[in-house]
Amino acid sequence: MSPLVAAVAGARQPLERSTLLRSLGLVLLGAIILYLVSGALGDYDRLQLATGAYYFAALAGLTVLIGWSGQISLGHGALMAVGAYTVALLIGDNDWSVLPALVAAVVVSCAVAAPLGAAASRLRGPYLAGATLAVAVGLPALADRFPSAFGGSNGLTINPPTPPSWLGANFSLEHWEAWIACAGALVVLFVLYNLTHSGVGRSLRAVRDDEIAASLCGLRIGRLQTLTFVISGGCAGLAGALLALALQLAQPDAFPLELSLSLLTGVVLGGLGSLTGAIWGAAVLVLLPSWTNDIASSLSLSQNVGDNLPFAIYGVVLIAAMLVWPSGIQGGFMALRRLMSTQRRKAG
Amino acid sequence: MRYSRMSRVGLALVAVGLVSALVATSGYSSSSGGSTAPGVTATSITFGTHQPLTGPAAPGYSEIAPASQAYFDYVNAHGGVFGRKIHLIIKNDEYDPTLTVSVVHQLVLQDNVFGIFEGLGTPTHTKVVGFLNASKIPDMFVASGCPCWDNGTTQPYTFGWQPNYTIEGKILGQYIKQHFAGDKIGVLYQDDDFGNGGLAGIEDEVPASSIVSKQPYQSGTTSLATQITALKSSGAKILVEFTVPIYTAIARLTSYTLGWSPQLVVSNVGIDPITLAGLLKVVSKGKVSGDALIDGAITDGYLPSFSDTSNPWIKMFLKVKAKYDPSAPFDGNVEYGMANAYTLVQALEAAGKDLTRQGLVEAVDKYGDSWRGPGLVPFRYTKTEHGGYGGVQLAKVVGSSIDPFGPVLTTPPSAGSPITSYTGGQPAPPVNGIPSD
Repeated sequence: MSPLVAAVAGARQPLERSTLLRSLGLVLLGAIILYLVSGALGDYDRLQLATGAYYFAALAGLTVLIGWSGQISLGHGALMAVGAYTVALLIGDNDWSVLPALVAAVVVSCAVAAPLGAAASRLRGPYLAGATLAVAVGLPALADRFPSAFGGSNGLTINPPTPPSWLGANFSLEHWEAWIACAGALVVLFVLYNLTHSGVGRSLRAVRDDEIAASLCGLRIGRLQTLTFVISGGCAGLAGALLALALQLAQPDAFPLELSLSLLTGVVLGGLGSLTGAIWGAAVLVLLPSWTNDIASSLSLSQNVGDNLPFAIYGVVLIAAMLVWPSGIQGGFMALRRLMSTQRRKAG
Repeated sequence: MRYSRMSRVGLALVAVGLVSALVATSGYSSSSGGSTAPGVTATSITFGTHQPLTGPAAPGYSEIAPASQAYFDYVNAHGGVFGRKIHLIIKNDEYDPTLTVSVVHQLVLQDNVFGIFEGLGTPTHTKVVGFLNASKIPDMFVASGCPCWDNGTTQPYTFGWQPNYTIEGKILGQYIKQHFAGDKIGVLYQDDDFGNGGLAGIEDEVPASSIVSKQPYQSGTTSLATQITALKSSGAKILVEFTVPIYTAIARLTSYTLGWSPQLVVSNVGIDPITLAGLLKVVSKGKVSGDALIDGAITDGYLPSFSDTSNPWIKMFLKVKAKYDPSAPFDGNVEYGMANAYTLVQALEAAGKDLTRQGLVEAVDKYGDSWRGPGLVPFRYTKTEHGGYGGVQLAKVVGSSIDPFGPVLTTPPSAGSPITSYTGGQPAPPVNGIPSD
């Protein structure tokens, strides 16, 4: 055994044992990649990267809630709105700086998610979906109901976060926004990776698979599910806060029911319950609409067809993806890998 | 097993990184060298615009940018401006401000447009004015009458084009005061700067006591039953509307089913009869014919009526439409798109051969108030005023046409300032239909 291999093997052992070390390694790897990527991209693609990062934060929270705790939520778009309005009110009206405003957004959205989670832990299946649906429809409407506080349908605008001066005069606003959003996404990755690879994660899986057996083992089901809902809501709140920073805007039209549904789409399409799947889901939510628009506009169709074609293509792609990869993109990759390893074993 | 789960997340991160790096490198070969500004070459100028091609504001308004494009095609076929052909990149923002922010960033940062032209909508465009002015991007002739564009001091790069809603509201309000004195007035308005601007104009003219009910609605809502019921029960005889076409249609159908027929007074952005007739037919599922329901509505205009086919400007636009936008109906929206495009060509001519972003803005500041074209009144363009047309002529919906009546009126938007007649008349269009400096 060469010394290099031995060294690598030696390094693998503590990595395999400690979840914390592994998650830190992942975050570091992600940070390096995102640093390099954001440096190579143009300003518009940096904004797309920021969009992908906040979608990831929301999707990762939701995928843990649905895939690990077995609870469905159609209300995460509304929790994003809570985060976005918190940031807009704190930065826009009260001149808070970015970091405390983001922390406050997470705290506020967790606080809003707590009673929802407590109610949600008592509901199952379609009833839970219905209750969270009501939140998705009702909560953003508060902005219209109280226009003096929330700006009505005009929304609240905030000044863009200025990049710190040590980054140089040529460091663009979009670059800085991408960094903030990516940092937020990495924090979410760190928290959720540790959550799912801990005792809580195992308990959650036990509850999801058989509630009666789990409670016989002494697990407190309601408390576990509420906890997951709150953490997941905090992730959605952070995502909304990052959205508000990237767009410098919190506005009710940004949080329609469709947002909650497309989050669910992203989770299922990426691969339910998988943080890797959340990355795929975020990539799909960002790239697919711009691809469908490009396809539609390159066909030079009549206006009525061309304007509506992107939505039709989007629908067709979703249907096709669900037929080809019923367990999501990540599930598809896993199946492919299993297939390849059995082939190799046969050949060997 | 645990290690492999970690490597999966890692692999996905790497893959996404690679893909986005590829996307980035492929998208950045288009910027051109040797030009005086982004989006300009010796043979082309590229503008971008955000339009509601789908969504609540799409009916009618989705015709505007293609009509502008048609007029540019016409100019391009005649050699362009200083040898440069004008291109317009049209992005769909669905009248959703969040999407507006996103597509305008894409136009400026990725498509490297020279400027934004005719960005449509008050709630939408207000969200990008800050970005465009901070980035010093010409923001030409916003397709909205919000008074908020009219500030050359704080927003030197943004120019309004159509008369602002307060001017419209004042002139409509004066007509109501003169011809329906003593009647109770109800107002239905979109709950943003569009509706509030119009409401401010009305309130400036009519006595406060005569307005018995003011009902706002949120863009995106599907029913106006609450608002119309409240307006009806207030006993209003006049219904003033600052609404986009779909809500004019929904409001009219709702009042029709409630058996209420007030005298309608509607902002010109919400009453294009051809758009409305189509919408009323669709919304009522074919039960009513649209023309009859809006017949007699009072509105105003600042361009010759599209139904006045004897007007030389309309003749010219009809000729352009027949060749370059043949599938569209000829209505107020198509006329709007062409007239606005005409103004942009005037501005580009005035800015001269060495085109810069700053130069275009200065040309409008300096010469804009002297430009005449299809408009009935001159523009309010100076270094500090960026307001667009300064007045309107009253008009009445008759069948599927709009018939103007009375004198052409102008007024500054400020409260209490007088309304005066404009007698300068309308010049004939240039022979080839293209402005020359």
